[in-house]
Amino acid sequence: MSKTVALEILRYNPEVDSEPHFQTYEVPYKDDWVVLDALNHIKDHLDATLSYRWSCHMAVCGSCGMMINGEPKLSCHAFLRDYRDRVIRVEPLDHFPIERDLVIVMDSFIEKLSSVKPYLISNEERPLSDGEHLQTPLQLMAFKQYTQCINCLLCYAACPQCGLNENFVGPAALALAHRYNLDSRDHGKSDRADVVASNEGVWECTFVGACSDVCPKRVDPAAAIQQTKIAASLDWLKALMLPGAKR
Amino acid sequence: MARSNKPILWLPFAAGGLVAALITPILIFITGVLVPVGVLHLSHEKVAAFAHNPIGKLILLGVVALPTWHAAHRLRMTAHDLGLSDGVAVKAACYGSAFVLILAAAIALLMI
Amino acid sequence: MSRRPYTRKVRRSWWLRHRRYVAYMVRELTSLFIGIYSAVLVMGLVRLAQGQSAWDSFVMMLSSTPGVLVQLVCLLFATYHSVTWFALTPKAIPVMVRGQPVSAKTIIRIHYAAWAAVSLVVLIAAGV
Repeated sequence: MSKTVALEILRYNPEVDSEPHFQTYEVPYKDDWVVLDALNHIKDHLDATLSYRWSCHMAVCGSCGMMINGEPKLSCHAFLRDYRDRVIRVEPLDHFPIERDLVIVMDSFIEKLSSVKPYLISNEERPLSDGEHLQTPLQLMAFKQYTQCINCLLCYAACPQCGLNENFVGPAALALAHRYNLDSRDHGKSDRADVVASNEGVWECTFVGACSDVCPKRVDPAAAIQQTKIAASLDWLKALMLPGAKR
Repeated sequence: MARSNKPILWLPFAAGGLVAALITPILIFITGVLVPVGVLHLSHEKVAAFAHNPIGKLILLGVVALPTWHAAHRLRMTAHDLGLSDGVAVKAACYGSAFVLILAAAIALLMI
Repeated sequence: MSRRPYTRKVRRSWWLRHRRYVAYMVRELTSLFIGIYSAVLVMGLVRLAQGQSAWDSFVMMLSSTPGVLVQLVCLLFATYHSVTWFALTPKAIPVMVRGQPVSAKTIIRIHYAAWAAVSLVVLIAAGV
């Protein structure tokens, strides 16, 4: 008899259910399968109504984030062989409303992302004849790790402050703001500060560090936020001591 | 959304965290182990002499006030983590206690 | 098509559900004991200002059994505060020296060295 493993999945059909409920499926155990393969097996052979997001199946698109045994993970990055228990619990990402089954509503994140102005902001008009921005490898190194975010939202699911305050701008958005603030081509730190340095920005963070623990791309949003706290505090002191200076 | 004034609370919190990390353990070791065991004797004369010196006063104030503030701010944030609403009551209890303690320390130091 | 997103409630016991969050709470709890000890120090300063006999009874209180027990608990948590604080510092303060990032290990080691140095200075000042 071939080995199987049970997946206990949180289901929710908004048209029928008043509340989410668990449903268990028995799937084949394969050494090289990830949870996403198990989900695809369920959808293909056992229950076509199961809804979930996925795309690349190689941990670069950020679509398949979900809670696997209570831990935020990419389902394409969670190998069945790493789960010794016979039952693997699969739920939608924490701290987001459930749309349907394993699909969460991520509109709030999209708003938070755009609110930090994640694009190069220049302080002067540059005619095309000036040519490209020049940037040394050292200047690139300063912000490169913060460019690696795939918007998978695992950090939002892991962050307790995201759970306690839905208005918290959150790790990924703040890490992205930091990416631009550190970019030598950018002059927009002040434009971002109204959001980034607000009470719902970096100041909601208490450096739990769970965001960086679960990040599949080693972006280290926790570091980005602490560095931003220091930068924002220095800017605050500067504004205090030189009230007339340009912000 | 506007830039927050949190830095006024956070900067002394951060300073207090560093001071507490570097100095508090050895202080507790002195007052909680070395003195009770008898290895060290903290006479009124010796300590008051240190506190009499204006630089000594500043050092003592810093070593006491900054960790106190650090604890107050951190406990306020932790209260929120534990489900208490981050309202006037929690803030008054945390920062209020810190102010009282720091004021008491400052007054005591001025009197020495 | 009818949308009816379901919002899951966050429980007050959220931090008990995972080792990582329990560790975070213990880390934050260290500040309570730092606060307690700082209050003891404030009391000490007040007693110092009040004179010889007030100071002597303060020292007696420090040396009493409950006094020592409380301080030992504070020492445990204060040490844990130092260890966790040093571990987190490199994330907040990335340092570049001659175009190369200074490793987190190095930054942490420098903090431990400073801790030892400061402790030595305090011990000498106290008369050891």
